Formats: sequence, C-alpha cells, structure tokens
Amino acid sequence: MVSRLPLLLYRAVPLLRLQARSVSTSGYHFNELPLTFSSPYESFYKKQNISQVDVSTLSGDMGILPDHVPVIAALSPGLVSVYEENGDINKFFVSSGVVTVNEDSSVQILAEEAAPLTHLDRLEAQKGLDKCQQDLNSASSEEDRATANIGIDFYEAALKAL
Amino acid sequence: MATLKLISMRLKSVKSIQKITKSMKMVSAAKFARAERELAPARIFGVGARSLYEVTDLASEEREKKKFLAILVSSDRGLCGGIHSNVAKSIRADLNGELENYDTKLVIIGDKVKSMMQGKHGSKIVLSVNDYGKKVPLFEDASRLAEEVIASGVEYDIGAVYYNNFKSVISYNTSKIPIFPVDALESSEKLSVYDDIDNDVLQCYHEFSLASLIFYTMKEGACSEQSSRMTAMEAATKNAGEMIDRLTLRYNRTRQAVITKELIEIISGAAAIK
Repeated sequence: MVSRLPLLLYRAVPLLRLQARSVSTSGYHFNELPLTFSSPYESFYKKQNISQVDVSTLSGDMGILPDHVPVIAALSPGLVSVYEENGDINKFFVSSGVVTVNEDSSVQILAEEAAPLTHLDRLEAQKGLDKCQQDLNSASSEEDRATANIGIDFYEAALKAL
Repeated sequence: MATLKLISMRLKSVKSIQKITKSMKMVSAAKFARAERELAPARIFGVGARSLYEVTDLASEEREKKKFLAILVSSDRGLCGGIHSNVAKSIRADLNGELENYDTKLVIIGDKVKSMMQGKHGSKIVLSVNDYGKKVPLFEDASRLAEEVIASGVEYDIGAVYYNNFKSVISYNTSKIPIFPVDALESSEKLSVYDDIDNDVLQCYHEFSLASLIFYTMKEGACSEQSSRMTAMEAATKNAGEMIDRLTLRYNRTRQAVITKELIEIISGAAAIK
C-alpha cells in the first residue's frame, strides 16, 4: 500500500496541473490584452496582444492593463497610447468613439476619427481653435454654440496631446 | 424579311449598347477595387461594434419582443443583378414567416428597395432615404442615418439590419445583423459585469454602435453592389457581342441575296432583249 502512494501522486500531478490551467483560461486570470483599434477608414490593431493602453473617456482618463474589470465607455477627444509588448509606445489622437473591455480581457477601441499623433499639426490645431472661439462668440443659436464648444474641446485636447 | 437598312440600324444600336455596358463594367471595376480596399478596415470596425451585443448575448435573452425594426441597406442605382431584390426578398420572407406576429417597422436606404416594398408593406415604412449609392458611403452618412432613426422615435424591442454581405467577386449573400434598443442593453443581466455604467455613457455607446453597424453594412453592401454590377455588365457585354455576330451574319446574307437578285434581274433582262 505504502509503495503505491508515490505512484498515485505521480499520476495526480499532471491532472492537477491540467485543472489549474483550465481555471486560468475560464475567466479568472488573464495575462493577455488583445487590442482591436480601428477607425472607419483605417485599422491600427486587430486582436494584437499589447501590454497596456491608455485612453481618455468622458468619465475620465483610464489606463487598461491585462485583467481589467469589464467596462464600456465613450471616448472623449484625446490621446490613445498603446504600449506594445516589445516596449514601443504608439500614440494616436482620436476625436470620439467607444472603448469596450470585455470579460475575456479583450479590448475594442472604435474611434470616429483616429490618426497617429505625428500626423497632427500644432499650427493647424491652433488655427482651428481660434476659429471655433470666433464661432462661439458669434453664435446665435443654442446649436451653433454647442457645435463651437465641441470644436473647442477637440482642438484643446489636440493641443494638449501635442 | 427585314430590309438591309433595318438590320444595319439594329446592328449600330447594339454596338453602341455594347460600348456602354463595356465602359460601365470598367467603371464599376475601378469602383469595386476601391470598395474592396476600404472594406477591410470597415470589417474590423464592424466586428468590433457587434462584439458587445454578442458578448452580452442579447439575442437569446428572454424579453417581451413585439416590435421589430428592420433597416434595409441597398442603394438608388440599378443594373447590378439581384442586389436590391435579394434584400427585398429576404425581408419579405421574414415578414411572412418569423415576423408575422410582430409589429414591424421599416427603415430603408435607397430607392430601389423602397419601390419594391411600397406596395404591400408601404404602411410599415417609417423612414426612407435616397440619393445614396452614387458615392462611396462615409461614416457621416451612417451617423446621420442613425441619428434620424433615433430622432424618429420609432420604438422597437429587437431589430435587424438587412444587407448584402460581400464574399467574393462572384458571390455575396444577403444576411442580417441583430440590433437592440438601449433599454434592452440597460436591462441585460450580462451587462452587470461591466463596471459602473451610467445611462449617459450607455446612450452614447449605443448611438455610436448603431452608426458603426450601419456604416459597416453600407460598406459591405457597396462592395457587393459594385462586384455584382461588374458581373452583370460583363454578361451584358458578352450577350451584346453574340447578338452583333448574329446580326452581322444576317446582314451579310441579306446583302448577298440582294446582289444575287439584282444580277438575276439584269441577266434575265439582257436575255429577253436578245
């Protein structure tokens, strides 16, 4: 009887290991963060594993790491910083959109407009901001005012990101 | 027997029609190349927009479902095979089948499907837009439409977007993507796993998702339409070519017959004088 015990243990070990693995993939712990990041006309990431992504939402800025709680949020104009697994940081500017973190730790960022930060021009942003401020001053209706305010938010965020 | 003149007129018109269909094919080939190129990012975008609905599994959730909203995506322009009639056929089949007990409302993009639906189901149309299909669909078009749908105040418990899903140059299939109103999302059980959601965020999220889905289906539809038009125009060009061959043959035979007839007349006239 005694002599059989180690054998049983020996047999049980792979079994235990198998169980441990199946637990980790069934929703308790994730080391991966597959990101899908796309605008209507350009896709930047398609289920690519990354180590972190920072976004700014209507309810505040948010850093997403693997194993984040599921969350949905609306993007506000601002920076999306993607930390790739090899340590590179890619920065994008988005106008608006949505971000979803799902239970399986996958992240979707869908932006209405998105561009790498290097494509933005400080001078143009300043010009746009000035124009929107002018519009705000000359706005007569509630709608014009709202449009101008959205423009100001956008250009201010762009200038801040640059 | 047709006179020489009639045949030559016919031949000329068939030839010019062939030229038209040929150039239409070239145009839609160029447009198709662009549409296909733009479809790739739009697909990723569309899959992303659908994922929340799929993760929360709203379709199978038990709720009272009485009102249905169907958004039909096609376009204004014809000569593209069965693109439009397939969308109409698919909704009609559903209306007579699984949607029979629903109160269905229709939102229609494009004149072609609208005219097909107007007869029997005309009263169900709540919103229709035209002047669509000439240019490449933009996200602005989709978001404007989503806005209109929400502003029209149409109530629904469940819905679907009917569109043509592009498969390859020679094939597409008419499919549908389910859509849900914002209160279905709010009351969904699976949504509770998502961290602190307020109604504003959900409303924004829902509007954006609807616009994204419509955009995605527009892109799929545009790509299928161009590819289908390309195929249709190629077939038309080929048919016109066959017709030209037959007409040329007939023209030449008739011409020969006329010459032979004249020769006989001259020869017999000369023989009579002798």
